[in-house]
Amino acid sequence: MQDVYSICLMCTVRCPIKVMVDNDDVKLIEGNPHDPGIQGSICPKGAAGVCLLNDQERVKKPLIRTGPRGSGQWREASWEEALDYVAAKLREIKDKYGARGIAYTERSQLNSHISKTFMRALGSPNYFSHDSCCKGSLNTAFRSLTGYTDANVGVDIGKAKHIILFGRNYFESIELKAVKQLTNALENGTKLTYIDPRVTVTATKADKYLMIRPGTDLALSYALMNVIINEELYDKEYVRHWVLGFEELKQFVGKYTPQWAEQQTGIAAHEIISLARQASAVKPAVIFHYGYRSAHYTNEIYVRRALIMLNALMGSIEAPGGIFFKKGAGAVGKKPLNKLIGQVLPEINEVRCDGAGTAKLPTPDPAHGVVQMLPRAILEEDPYPVKGLIVWRHDPLLSIPDYENNKRAFDKLDFIVTIDIHFSETAWYSDVILPESIYLERGDSIQENAGLKPSLYLRKPAVTPRYDTKPGWEIMKGLADRLDIGQYFPYHSLDDLWHYQLQGTGLTLEDFAAKGFVSLCDEPIYWNREDGLKFKTPSGKIEFVSSLLEENGYPSFPEYESVQPPAEGYFRLMIGRNVAHTHVSTQNNPLLHELMPENLLWINTEKAGYLGIKNGQMVKVSSSRGQETIRAHVTDLIHPEAVFMVHGFGRKVKAQTRCYNKGASDTLLQENISDNIGGSPALQHVHVKVQAVG
Amino acid sequence: MSTYAIFQDESKCISCRSCQVQCKINKGLSVGPKPNQIIEVGPVNKDGRPKANFVFLSCFHCADPWCVPACPNEAMQKRDTDGVIFINQNRCAGCKSCIMACPWSAPQWDAQKGKAVKCDLCLERIDAGLKPACVTACPTSALSFGPAENVPETKRIRFARQIVASEGLH
Ligand code: SF4
Ligand code: SF4
Ligand code: SF4
Repeated sequence: MQDVYSICLMCTVRCPIKVMVDNDDVKLIEGNPHDPGIQGSICPKGAAGVCLLNDQERVKKPLIRTGPRGSGQWREASWEEALDYVAAKLREIKDKYGARGIAYTERSQLNSHISKTFMRALGSPNYFSHDSCCKGSLNTAFRSLTGYTDANVGVDIGKAKHIILFGRNYFESIELKAVKQLTNALENGTKLTYIDPRVTVTATKADKYLMIRPGTDLALSYALMNVIINEELYDKEYVRHWVLGFEELKQFVGKYTPQWAEQQTGIAAHEIISLARQASAVKPAVIFHYGYRSAHYTNEIYVRRALIMLNALMGSIEAPGGIFFKKGAGAVGKKPLNKLIGQVLPEINEVRCDGAGTAKLPTPDPAHGVVQMLPRAILEEDPYPVKGLIVWRHDPLLSIPDYENNKRAFDKLDFIVTIDIHFSETAWYSDVILPESIYLERGDSIQENAGLKPSLYLRKPAVTPRYDTKPGWEIMKGLADRLDIGQYFPYHSLDDLWHYQLQGTGLTLEDFAAKGFVSLCDEPIYWNREDGLKFKTPSGKIEFVSSLLEENGYPSFPEYESVQPPAEGYFRLMIGRNVAHTHVSTQNNPLLHELMPENLLWINTEKAGYLGIKNGQMVKVSSSRGQETIRAHVTDLIHPEAVFMVHGFGRKVKAQTRCYNKGASDTLLQENISDNIGGSPALQHVHVKVQAVG
Repeated sequence: MSTYAIFQDESKCISCRSCQVQCKINKGLSVGPKPNQIIEVGPVNKDGRPKANFVFLSCFHCADPWCVPACPNEAMQKRDTDGVIFINQNRCAGCKSCIMACPWSAPQWDAQKGKAVKCDLCLERIDAGLKPACVTACPTSALSFGPAENVPETKRIRFARQIVASEGLH
C-alpha cells in the first residue's frame, strides 16, 4: 500500500487527503494526518470518492453529438478529432460574431488562472464563475464595507466565545476543519446561537435556537444594532477608530426596535435584547457569521452588510475569536505563486454581456460576472449576440434558476462544449463533451491557501486514468494551441505547470513530499488593531456609509420593507444542503445515493394537515415556472410559511441511472430574479403551491 | 466483551455518517450492507430546544455472543487474544444464521459476495497500531477507540447528568 497526499474534490472545500493506493487502485481515502486541523478525518463525500473512480457511468471518451441536443445520441471521437472539431466551431463563431460571442463558465477552481488566461487571450470579456449564484451579494457586501471580497475573509471559530449563525448550517454543509473547530469550541464552552426557519443538525447543537420568519433576517439585524447602539454595548474605541458612518447608522436604526422586529420576524423582543447583550458581553471574541451561500432574497446585499456591520460594532473584525483577513505568501515576505493570468495579455475593451462593471450592473464583481444574467443576454442578444459556450466543471443548466428558460437560451447557441467528469445536465445538452480525469487521476495547479497561517497544498495523481480522459489544464492547452493562443500556456506536462508556478518562490516540489503541503509560517498573523488594519476602501475604514454604493446611486441603509406572507395554499420555497451531497455533482455516486436517494419536501405539520397531506405522501409542487412531484416530510421543525427541499435533485439525464428522476428539481421551480446591487439570484424568492397527489 | 471497544460521544455526533461510508469502503462493500449505522432519533423539543440523538450502532463484541454458536461452519469466531468477534470469510457459507441469531442484526448480508460481513474492529488496522476506519474518519471525534475499561470519563459524567436531568422532570 502506498500513501499519496493530495487534495479532495468531492466538494469545493478542498480538504487535504491521504489516498491509499494498492496496485493502481484506490483502497481508502482519509484526511491528511499531518494536517493538525484534519487529523485523518474525512466527510462521507470525501470517503465516497473511491466509488467515483471506478464508476461505469462516467464519461469515458470524447463524445460528439449526432442526434438532436439532449437526445443522448453521441459518437465517440479521438482527442485529436474532438479538439479539432471544438476549435473549428469556436473559430467559426469568433469570425462571425467576434470573440465576445463566446462565453465561458466554471466553478472557481485551482486552474481558474488558466481559464481566465484562455478567455483573455481569445479576446472575450465573458469569463463567468458560478460565484454569483452562490455568494455574489456577500462578495459585494464585503467590498462595500472593507474593500476586500468575502474570499479574503475567514472566521476564527476556535477562539470565539459566542457564535451566531443566521442559517449557516455548519454541521450539514460540512467543511472538515470548521466542523472540528466548532465541535471543540462547543465542548470548551463557546455559546452557539442558531437562527433559521428550519431546524437543522446545527440547530440541535445550539445553546439557543430561534425560528425566524423566512426572509426577515434584515429586520432582526436592524433590531440587534438598535439594542447594541442604544445600550452602548459596542466597542467604542474600535468604532471611533475604524468605522465611517456610525452616526448615520445610529440615526437610521433608531426606529427599528426589538418590539418592531418581533412583529416582523416572530422572534420575541426579549430574545433579541438578550442576544444583543450576551454577544456584546464577550466582544470582541464574537462572530455574527456573515453566511456562505448568500443568494436568498432580493435584499441580500443588505442582509449581508448588516451582519458584517454587527461584527464591526463588536470590534471583532481582525480580532482573535472574530473574523479575520486571510494572509497570503506576501504577508510573510515570500513571493506568491506565479499565475498564467499574470503574463502580459491582450487588453479587452468590450463590455461584458451580463453588464457587470457597466451602468447596468455597476456594483457586482466583474471579475466573476453575474452568471444568472447569461440566459437573458443570449435570448435577447443584448448587448450583442453570444453564440458559443464553453463550460468546465459547472452545470449552469441546473445551477442558474429557471431550468426551462436556461434550456431555451441554450437552444439559441450555435455551439456548446462541456469539460466534465460525468454526464451533467449541461454536458448532456452540449454538442461536444470532453471528459476530464477525476481528481484521483490527475494533478492540478498548486493551491495557495491564504489564512491566518498561509500555506501551499498540492493535488497530485494517485492512480492512472481509468478511461480515455485528460486533465482540464491539458484540454485547455490543446484548444489554445488550435486557436493560435498556445503561447500563453507555456507548459507541456504537470511538472512544467508546477515549475512555472514555483519559479522564484524558493520552493521546489521536494518541499511537498513529506506531508503534501508547505506551511509558510508558524504563528497566526493578525494586523495591529491600533493602527494596522489595512482596509481597501477609499476612506481606509469600514464604510457603513459606503462609497461604492452611494456613488452608484444606492443607499447604504435602505428602509426595511415588510415581507408579505404567501397566499393561502402557497409557501416560500427554501433550499439548502445535506451532508451527503455537493450541489448537483454527487447525486449519482452509488454510496452517496444510498445515504440520500431523493430529496423530500419539508412542510409544517399544521399546514400539511390543513391541505390533507400525510407524511411520506407524494405531493405536487408548482410555481410560475413549472411543476414537480416530491415526497412530503411533514414536521414541526419548519416555519409554517415555508417549505424546504435539498438542492440538486429531480435529474433529467437518463445516463445517470441512480439519480435519474429521483426527487424534485428546485431549479425548475425558481424564478430568475436577482439582487441586482449585490449580484446574487434570489433563490428563495419564489412562492410555490403544494397539493396532495391522488 | 472484547478487550477493546468503540465509544461514541453522542453529544459530538452530527449524523454525517462518514463512519458508515468509510467502513463500507474499507471492507470493499457496495450498496446494501452497513456493518455500522447511525440511528437518528428526533429532533424533539427538550426544554424549548430542539435536541436529537444520533446513535452509533455496530457489533458489541459480546462476551457471550449469540452469533458464534449459531454459525454451523465455525466462520464466526472469537479471537483468543482480545475477544474480537470476526468472520473468517473463507469459511462463511452464506447461511445467514448469524444474522438471525444476533439480537442487533450486527452481521449484515453482502449480496455481492453471498456472505455475511460484520464489524471486526478493523482487525488488520488495529494490529498495525491504527484505529478502526470509522474512528479515524469521524470528523468530530465523536468516536474513540481503546481498551474497554477506559470508558471515557466525559461520557459517564454526561450520562449521569442526563439521568439526573430527566428524573427532575417527573
Ligand atoms: S468536506 Fe468532504 S468532500 Fe469536501 S473537500 Fe472535505 S473531505 Fe472532500
Ligand atoms: S454480531 Fe451480535 S451477537 Fe455477535 S458479537 Fe456482535 S452484537 Fe454480539
Ligand atoms: S462519523 Fe462521527 S459524527 Fe459522523 S455520524 Fe459517525 S459518529 Fe457521528
